Amino acid sequence: ILLKPLIMKITRRGRNAALAIAAVVIVVGIPLWWKTTETYRAWLPFSQIGELDSLQLQLSVEVEVVFSRGTLIPELQKKVPLTETREQEHQVDAKTGLQYRYETKYRTATIMEDDALNQPTAQEADLSLHMLSESACGSVVVYIIPETSTLLPEGVTVYVGQRRTALLRTTVFQGRGGLKEVLSALHPLVKQVVDTMSFSHQDILASLSDRMRAGQISKESLADSMRAIKSSPGYEITFSLLNPDPKSHSLHWDIEGAVHSYIQPLLDKLTPIANFSVDSQILYYAVLGVNPRFDNSVSAYTLNADSLAHVINPVEARLGSNAASSNPVLNFLLYVPDARHSPLFIRDRSQKEVPSNAFHSPRWGGIMVYNVNDMYDSKAEFPVDIDISMAKVMGVFLAQLRLLLGVQKTQPPPGFLLQSPGSAGLADWELDRLLWSRSVENVATASTTITSLAQLLDQISNIVINDNIAQQVSSAVMSLHAALAELEVGDLALALQYSQEAILASEKAFFDPSLLHLLYFPDDQKFAIYIPLFLPMCVPIVLSLLKIGNEVRQRRADKLAKRD
Amino acid sequence: MSSFKPGGIAYSAQNCAVMRTANPITIVSLSLVNFDYSNEDRKAFTPPPPNDQFQEEMVIRPLYSGDIYASFQFRTQWDTDFLHDGKKVSHYRLFPKSLGQVLSKFSVRELHISFTQGYWRTMQWGQPFIPSPPGAELWVWFHHTVTDVDGNWKELTNVLSGIFCASLNFIDSTNTVEPSASFKPLGLGNATDHRFLRYATLPREIVCTENLTPWKKLLPCGSKAGLAVLMKSEKLFHSSFHSQAVHIRPVCKDWQCTSTAWELRQTLNVVFDLYTSGQGKKEWSLFKMFSRTLTEACPLASSSKIYVDVTDNPGVNPLISTAVVLGDRRTYSVYDLTKKETFGQLRSLNLLLRWKGENDMLRPPLHAERYVSGFGLQKGEIHTCLYNSHPYRAYPVLLLDSLPWYLRLYVHTLTVTSKTRENKPSYIHYQPSKDRLRPHLLEMLVQLPPHSVTEVTVQFERALLKWTEYTPDPNHGFYIGSSVISALVPSIVAMDTNSTRDRPLFSSFFPTKEESSYFMRVYTEPLLVNLPTPDFSMPYNVICLTCTVVAVGYGSFYNLLTRTFQVDEPSAPLAKRLANIIRRLRGVPLL
Repeated sequence: ILLKPLIMKITRRGRNAALAIAAVVIVVGIPLWWKTTETYRAWLPFSQIGELDSLQLQLSVEVEVVFSRGTLIPELQKKVPLTETREQEHQVDAKTGLQYRYETKYRTATIMEDDALNQPTAQEADLSLHMLSESACGSVVVYIIPETSTLLPEGVTVYVGQRRTALLRTTVFQGRGGLKEVLSALHPLVKQVVDTMSFSHQDILASLSDRMRAGQISKESLADSMRAIKSSPGYEITFSLLNPDPKSHSLHWDIEGAVHSYIQPLLDKLTPIANFSVDSQILYYAVLGVNPRFDNSVSAYTLNADSLAHVINPVEARLGSNAASSNPVLNFLLYVPDARHSPLFIRDRSQKEVPSNAFHSPRWGGIMVYNVNDMYDSKAEFPVDIDISMAKVMGVFLAQLRLLLGVQKTQPPPGFLLQSPGSAGLADWELDRLLWSRSVENVATASTTITSLAQLLDQISNIVINDNIAQQVSSAVMSLHAALAELEVGDLALALQYSQEAILASEKAFFDPSLLHLLYFPDDQKFAIYIPLFLPMCVPIVLSLLKIGNEVRQRRADKLAKRD
Repeated sequence: MSSFKPGGIAYSAQNCAVMRTANPITIVSLSLVNFDYSNEDRKAFTPPPPNDQFQEEMVIRPLYSGDIYASFQFRTQWDTDFLHDGKKVSHYRLFPKSLGQVLSKFSVRELHISFTQGYWRTMQWGQPFIPSPPGAELWVWFHHTVTDVDGNWKELTNVLSGIFCASLNFIDSTNTVEPSASFKPLGLGNATDHRFLRYATLPREIVCTENLTPWKKLLPCGSKAGLAVLMKSEKLFHSSFHSQAVHIRPVCKDWQCTSTAWELRQTLNVVFDLYTSGQGKKEWSLFKMFSRTLTEACPLASSSKIYVDVTDNPGVNPLISTAVVLGDRRTYSVYDLTKKETFGQLRSLNLLLRWKGENDMLRPPLHAERYVSGFGLQKGEIHTCLYNSHPYRAYPVLLLDSLPWYLRLYVHTLTVTSKTRENKPSYIHYQPSKDRLRPHLLEMLVQLPPHSVTEVTVQFERALLKWTEYTPDPNHGFYIGSSVISALVPSIVAMDTNSTRDRPLFSSFFPTKEESSYFMRVYTEPLLVNLPTPDFSMPYNVICLTCTVVAVGYGSFYNLLTRTFQVDEPSAPLAKRLANIIRRLRGVPLL
């Protein structure tokens, strides 16, 4: 009888001890364990990145329409200048929206401009208009000239010059309608000119191909964008002369002079887009991977379009990687077939000989076959010294370089005349086109990189996020916003610069090796280490907690029974 | 020698194999950019004089032991300047582009890299034309305009490891030294500031086919023509010694030395074990060694020659020349591959030589050995023995030792003795190591008395590494790179100092300045040192054990705290119960 309170007291003490230990484990132990095994994860602007996931692009183009003398009747002339803004909206998919803003200024030509337009040819007019005023990067100036003008040849309504100006020939707008009617009559033509000289909806869609599923983009623009090498801060251009037969041919090429006179002007023009470095090498005993077939009908060796895919791999092993930088390489190979397999011609899929005797591989480079068998007769003493005509070679390589860089070969609408770019290799408006598509492409790529990085980091909690990665991510996000803002304003050069910064920062963050450190720390090893400690500690605590819980319930049930 | 690399060492192979899937090819009718074709007069074309030239050469020398030593040298000389300010060199003809880019990007003045499998046995084989230590060796002089030498060096080793498919990326500050005297530039320019010099060896590096293939790719003719067709890796690596090297340095363009040119020498040295594998017959042939014969010279080579050492077998051959190399006048028969007569009617050249007599070997005047002594895993002693076998001349040698930080040197125990007397070095340069940062560098100038053995000993203690710092298979031991001995050795015959005369490539690598001596470099064996190695499952064992102890202690503690002890009705002891059972059976009253 005396023992009972004592026993009660002892059991109560045991219960309190178990509860206290459980409390210590929960209050001190678990936070301590949590704190010491935590991976360091710096703060990331997840909400801002989430906003980037749905991209609303706004592109603004400044268009200036200048009416030359004789295109507007005097009453209407008084009503200009005036400004008009047209907007076009496209919802590409659930996450991407596009908005184009054309800010069109209408004015009449100054006397000087009228004089310039009186030049005998369109080319000269283009040049003298350029001398008068320089238009900003990304803008378009359209001069409306009367039908009577002799500047343009028969059947041509629009002439696109080397700079950012176009000449548009229309009938004189007579009486009747007010200015509004005139402008709306003019609008479709002006729109066409702007589409050609800055960007069309299809171009922008192709640039956004990173963000979109296939099928939404027209096949041609997709092919164009897949052919063009990806945006990068720099490119290495390598010219290689392949001489598989140094015993018969001793080849000489003045590559230094050719690069200086043909390639360098184009690259100088492209400096806002990327840095280019050019080098060249001669590879001896380098052969193609396929054996050309002899065709009796033309008594020449031929390479079919189907076999061209197998040409590059064996040659590439000889090219050597670029040791000095990690920029993408564009290879241009000049292949001089050996004496016994000459001449060699490339045939396209319809079995016709390709006039340039060259082909290119998307994002890799181009190969040109250069036959020399007609430069010497069979009695010549081997090895024959042969000088390679660099003008011919560079004509082909320059065209391929333009394709690979994404200076698309625009198919002009009927009635358009495009002035060839001349010695610079690139017209100003072509550069603008490139800038537009590159900026949009960069923005699209950077935003997908950043959002997928954020998703990845969110999903895998094992990854350590260092401060420098967080910094890269936030600078990428900031540059992206800046690029979007610049596109909205229409400042193309700045937009490209910011978008490049964004892409650089985002790639740096994405490919940072520190992300991988703890990524593959397997869970089973963690358990192997934890179990010897946690199992013997936790089982008694849990069991005694369960027991206490049971007792409490039992007692309550007893109390209820008693009360009843 | 096996022709595969064991696992364990991570080889950087990013650049080694570039695989591509079939390329989507497009033929687009190009809107060609047309340029005016200048009036070309084909007949009038005369090629400009080339500013680069290529030479190839092979020397075959039967060795004293009956083995055959074959040494290839390929030399490309280019009149250009990679270090010229402003103008970038970017158009390559014979010089490999990948190396040229490396030179100009990292402002390299001089670059020497060698990959060696096997150890050159000086006492049996004599002197090699170009010595190299086992494993990989790299030493580079940077241009004096380089500000961040260490950064350049780090990046350079990474790029080179990509070019040669080797583990040069394992070179870091813990195995790089700046020797103050041992490695002087071999080319033009007497740079003396050793801040621009970096030297590193990887004695553990195993050399095999994947290092040979990129090396062959640097040759203008590849392995398609010329002497390089003989380089079949299954034969080259089935040998007692294999060493391939690349040496780049600025040299004089002509004998007046008005302007500089860049020289790239690619050398490959092999020792074939034909004597023992050929049942003791003393004979060799090109076909037997390389399983190939020669059919042509490389068409790009301005000279292409084979020298066969016939000093010990005089007679047969009409094309004889002599050359003084490494203090020895030897007779060679020369085969000029650029001449058609060399190949005869079969249009194929196979050389074969059988001989009976003993080969005479000139004992090398200098050689060296090295070993570790001591017992246990705490302390040890490194012995380096330098042998001067010159009968009456004493000469000084430079000894360079670069030891990793985990051998803690007791420098006060450094002793140099020759002929049982102490031989005080006239110059000592010692740079102590820093743990995990810098190796020991010990350089000294020792005078070797004539016909003597000089022994250099130093004691060391083995450090305990952190458990992640051990290499794979740590019980194999740790390799310590060779020591390097450089010396101007007095020559018995007069050396050829006339640099204007055309000399074979093998005798012109080290510049000779005076007639009475020649430069010689000797590498000792690499050492294999055992370090105290823990049981690597130990951390997990420790975790388990401590956890168990903690758990047991905690368990009893917990029990004590939470269990309640009640006094129980004591039950009868076992004996009493047994007695009761028996009593019940007997019918006696219970206890």
